[in-house]
Formats: sequence, C-alpha cells, structure tokens
Amino acid sequence: MTDQAPILRRRTQLDRTNPTTRLLLAVVLSVPLIITLDWVSASVAVAAEFLAFLACGYAPWFLVRRLIPLLVIAPLGAINMALYGQAGGRTWWQWGPVHVSDNSLLLALALFIRVFALALPAIILFSTVDPTDMADGLAQVLRLPPRFVLGTLAGIRMIALFADDWRTLGHARRARGLEDVGRFRRWATMSFALLVFALRRGTRLATAMEARGFGASGADVPARTWARPSHMGWPDVIALAVAVTIGVLAVLAAVWQGTFWPVWR
Amino acid sequence: MDLVAEGWGWRHAGRSTWAVRDLSLTIGSGERVLLLGSSGSGKSTLLHAFAGVLGGSEEGDESGRLLVGGKHPTRRHGHVGLVMQDPESQVVLARVGDDVAFGCENLGVPPDEIWGRVHASLADVGLDVPLDHSTSALSGGEKQRLAIAGALAMRAEVLLLDEPTANLDPVGVREVRETIARVVDDRRTTLVVVEHRVDVWADLVDRVLVLAPDGGLLADGTPAEVFGAHRDELLRAGVWVPGVPLPDAIAGSASTSPMLSTRGLSIGYSPRHPVREGLEVVIPEATSTVITGPNGAGKTTLALTLAGLLPPLAGEVDAAELLRPPADVRVGMLRRRRRVQPAHPHTWASRDLLARIGTVFQEPEHQFVAATVADEIAVGLRALGWEPGRIATRVDALLETLHLTSLSTTNPFTLSGGEKRRLSVGTVLATAPRVIVLDEPTFGQDRNTWIDLVGLVRQMLGEGRSVVSVTHDRAYIETLAQHHIPLAVARD
Repeated sequence: MTDQAPILRRRTQLDRTNPTTRLLLAVVLSVPLIITLDWVSASVAVAAEFLAFLACGYAPWFLVRRLIPLLVIAPLGAINMALYGQAGGRTWWQWGPVHVSDNSLLLALALFIRVFALALPAIILFSTVDPTDMADGLAQVLRLPPRFVLGTLAGIRMIALFADDWRTLGHARRARGLEDVGRFRRWATMSFALLVFALRRGTRLATAMEARGFGASGADVPARTWARPSHMGWPDVIALAVAVTIGVLAVLAAVWQGTFWPVWR
Repeated sequence: MDLVAEGWGWRHAGRSTWAVRDLSLTIGSGERVLLLGSSGSGKSTLLHAFAGVLGGSEEGDESGRLLVGGKHPTRRHGHVGLVMQDPESQVVLARVGDDVAFGCENLGVPPDEIWGRVHASLADVGLDVPLDHSTSALSGGEKQRLAIAGALAMRAEVLLLDEPTANLDPVGVREVRETIARVVDDRRTTLVVVEHRVDVWADLVDRVLVLAPDGGLLADGTPAEVFGAHRDELLRAGVWVPGVPLPDAIAGSASTSPMLSTRGLSIGYSPRHPVREGLEVVIPEATSTVITGPNGAGKTTLALTLAGLLPPLAGEVDAAELLRPPADVRVGMLRRRRRVQPAHPHTWASRDLLARIGTVFQEPEHQFVAATVADEIAVGLRALGWEPGRIATRVDALLETLHLTSLSTTNPFTLSGGEKRRLSVGTVLATAPRVIVLDEPTFGQDRNTWIDLVGLVRQMLGEGRSVVSVTHDRAYIETLAQHHIPLAVARD
C-alpha cells in the first residue's frame, strides 16, 4: 500500500493567510511578467519572490528542491527562443529558419528567468496549501456551493487509492498471462476496471456522506455550519501588499534600466 | 428511537424483482438486533432504507411504510448512523477531527459546540489520536471506529452496521466489537447489525431477525431460539451458525522438497522503503502453506514476490528445477527481449507464469478481464495457445466444479461476492499451475463459499499442487496450515 503518513511541515507566515488569498497572490505576481518580456523585471521578481518566501519561513533548500524540475523545462523554452526568437543586433549564426542574434539571445535569457519567476510562486503557493483549508476558504470566503467544494475535496482523497488499484491491476494482468502482448488492450481492460472501482467507491462514499446529513434539502433542514471558520484578515492584506510591491518593483526596475519590453511593442 | 416497517418493500429502478417485500417489523428503542438472511435477501437495502440513503423515486419503487421514531427516514438524517463494510470509502476528510465534525456541520450544529462533541465521540470509540492526525494513516479497524465516532458526534440514537468487520483483521474485529459494546451499554442506542460472522455479535444482541429470500421474515427471536429452530435454513443461507463444526483439518505434514525458496529476500515497492528484509522461507511441494501476521507485516507483498509478480528488492526467489521455464524465450511482439532467468520467477514471461505459478487476488475484480464468466476462464488458456475445442471442454468442466455453469454468459463484475471468489479461483485453476497463491481467499465470505474454497484447496493439494495462502482467518489456518510462515510486525 502507498505510504500515506501525514507530511509534517513547519508552519510558515504564509499559513496565517486565508488559502484563497493565494489565488489572488498568484495572479498579482504574474501580471508584471506577462506584460513585459525583459530579463531585468524577471530577475528582480524572482529574487524578490525568493526573499519573500524566505521571510515567510520557508527553508532555502526546500524552495530550491521544488524548482529542480524547472531546470529541464526552462532551457527547452530558452533554446527555442534563442534559435527562432525575433532577430536583431549582431547575428551569431544563421541556418534556414534558425537565426541566433543578440536580440534572440536576450529574449532566451529573459524567458529562462521568467519561467522561474512565474513558476516559483505558483509551485510554492499551491503545493503547500492544505486542500481542506482551501475548500473551507472556497466555500466560506468565495461562497462556492458547499456541495461542489466538499464533494470535490472528498473525491481528491480517493486518488491515492486509485494508484494502489492501478498497480494491483497491473500485477493481475501479469498473473493472467496478458503482460507480454497487446499493451493497448491490456491498458483498456485496466482502465475499465479502474473506472468500475472508482464509480463503486464514489457511490459508497456518497452514501456515507448522505448518511451523515450531507446534501439534505428541505424546509426542516438547518443551514450547514462550519467547524473551521475561514476569514480574511490583516495577514491577507499584508501578503497582497507585498505581492503588489514585488510587481511594481520589477516593472520600475525594467523601466529604469531601459529594458522594459511590453508585449504590445 | 424505534424502527418500524409496515408491509414495506423496495424495488431498485430497472429491476423486475423486489429486493425487499412485505416486511413488517418493529425494533424498539435501545434494542440490539442481528439481521441475517441469504445473499440477495435485502439486508443491506433495509439498512440503507432505515438510514434514509436509498434515494428518491428515481432510484426505485417503494411500497408500504418505513418509520424511524415515527417519521420518514429521510427526515431523520443525523439521528441514524450508518457504518458500512469498506473502511476506505467512508472516510470523508483528511484529518481525524474534521471527519468527525463533518456530520455535525451538515446538521447545522453551532461551531463552538462541534469540537466538544468531536472530543467526546473520539473518546467514546477509544481513538486516542490528535485531531489533525491523517485519516489515511489509520488502520481498517480505526477507520471503522472513526465512522462510528462520526455517528456519535451527530448524537445518533440508532446505529446501523452493514458488515462492519468483514474487511478487518482479527485485531480490527475486536476493536470494533468492543467499541460497539461500550456504545450500546447505555441501553438507549438502538443497534441493528448485518454480519455473516455471527459469533462476533451473538452474545451482544438480544434478538435475531432473519429475512426470507422471497419476502417477509423467516425468523424472529432470541439468538438461542433462532439458531436452534432454524439451523438448517441458516446454514443453507451461508450464515456462520455458532457451534456447527467445519470440515476436518487436512492430514499430512509438509513435504521436504521445496518448490520455491528465498535467500536474503527483501520485499517492497521501493528500495528506500523495504517492507521486510532478510527473509528465508520455503514453499514445499504439494503442501498447503499459510502466511499469517498483522496488517502491515508484508504478507501480500511477500505473496506477490513469491508469485513472480513483484521483483525482489534484494536477495532471490528460487524456483525448483521442475518449475522452471525453458531458458531462452522471446518475450513480446515488439522484439523486446527480457532476459529470462529460469530460476527467478519475476524474470519469467507473463505467459510462463500461467502453468507454473497462479495468483488469486484479494479483490476478485482486480483480475477480471473478460466480458463473460466462460471467457474469463478461457483467457489464460488462449494465452497458452490452446485450440478452441480443447478450451471449451476445459471451461465447461471448470464451470461445473465451481457451480457457475448457469452463469457462463454473465458479466463477471455483476456476480455476487461468493460467485466472484469462485470464478477468480477458477481462472487460476484453468491453466493448472504447480503453485497457487491465494491472497485472503476467505475475506468477507459466507460459510458456504468458505466450505467451497476449502474443498477446492484440498482438491489442488490432492493433484500435487502447492498452495500458498495469505490469511487472517483462524478457522482456515486450523484447517489448512500444513506449513506456517508467521510474519511479525516488520518495522518501527
């Protein structure tokens, strides 16, 4: 069975904010990076974001480890940009549609940094949020329908079970002599079985939830209460202020350095 | 709070027969009832109906009346707690405290009152873990107690238990039983339990109700009365009537020549987290071996590794000379050649396992791949390249042995629990492997299927096959353990 011990994580300053604030933070932090294509704003943003997360109490190695996958993705984008990006300045190499120039190299560098600047907040904000707290916020602060939010939350919990099921289904196919041939047919029968398992478990879960009064409707049914009240407060205001400051700083730095390169140019 | 049925019946949408019919009964406040009946007699349907979760008219047709404390069950949500068989699909939230609070929130209990109730209910069921403890980290028995706590926090006055211990190991069974005994000790909570394993509950209940297969009640009385007067009907229905003897233990001792043996074997799914290390076990020829131990001891992992389905993390599983496949076999159509080492089952081609080591999984549905029962048995034979005529003869003979002939064109997924179990054993018997691995074959099975299974295992042993069973089932161990591999708790 999959090891599902709870992840023990130090609580950070960010955990004092409402989880739904993270949605807003992610949007605010990405705006400057979407409106300008230059490398200065991206560098300022990534540095400021990193400092902000450190200030919140995240360990440096924790942040760095989460960024490792980007070391694969970012160069791919950057190489493309270097080869095919808008030409300008000195030409270094030209071959067919490939045109490596000062301009395209600068764009490649900017893209490389921008991937980090965009992904850093998204990864950290959403990989460290507790799903239950997020659901509480979505239902109580953003007023999404509780049926939808709690149904989804309960469903997400079952995904771990599917991984175990899938592995067992694979073992069973091997045991039944079907592993050697017909990979697609095998996957088809495994997917079908997984679907049956999912539906059956989902139905049972829905029954268990209904038996505990979930989703009841009628005149004599009281309004649902929330054992974990979810509010916005000062920490949320501060977090948003920090995010806006980072965005403004990034754009100002680019303008000051003369590298500001809006997408509409 | 009392439960009343007046000529009640229910027919699931799209079915022609009634699941429950003409049922009239009264269960008084604080009464403790064991509800029995053959499979398909509508026990679960009745419990779900009393819990108010059968659904509205689009889910089926209702006749007569059903009342909980004088009201329709759908207007009594929260007064009635329902605990079902599968612990996994009853946990709603990720943290223990939140899960217990879930029902209270739905009932509109004020937030400052909820947490007091959560603490009290967790204490009542003896779950001594922090409120933010992960629900995934609980054992099966603990998950069932969590579900009971959820009902208690709602101040449920009726507890309905639908095979609450069928999926649990002996420790879990004891935990749940003791918890329920404590909860109903006040004589105010009404209790209705459905369970094949009568011995767990017999001395806790005041009354036994038996549903007749064709509607109405077959029996109603104290446990002693009902088990005395209706012994044969109950046995036919697969009920584990207390005190009725089971088949004799198998004679003979373990053979000395090993079919499989391990050397310094480490098992598990990831090299960083071996479940067990340094295992030295032997599976003797033509012998029944049982692997026992508490949950988490690595029984299933060992069985899968012995069966050549899971590669060892370290060490080896060695197959006896006569079990080994030919050395150089081509695997796969895509010219993918796996290096087959005849001595080590996990390197064999999948097809080579068929006639050598067969595995019956804990959940029969995991191993079903065909659209009909007959096809399901034929799958392995086709993979071995048998001719259609020969396959048909073999399939017919097996269907006969397994009492599945009349169901040969049915979809395996729609069979009853006992039928699924027999079919899953049949799929393995078809290709006549020398070694047969059974993972919890008797889990949640009624007495009839149990006896069928023990008979099948005897037959396998009589044909000179080695049978390896992972099991918690004491009666099964007493009957079939010629060779015993006990696994104690592994780590921590």
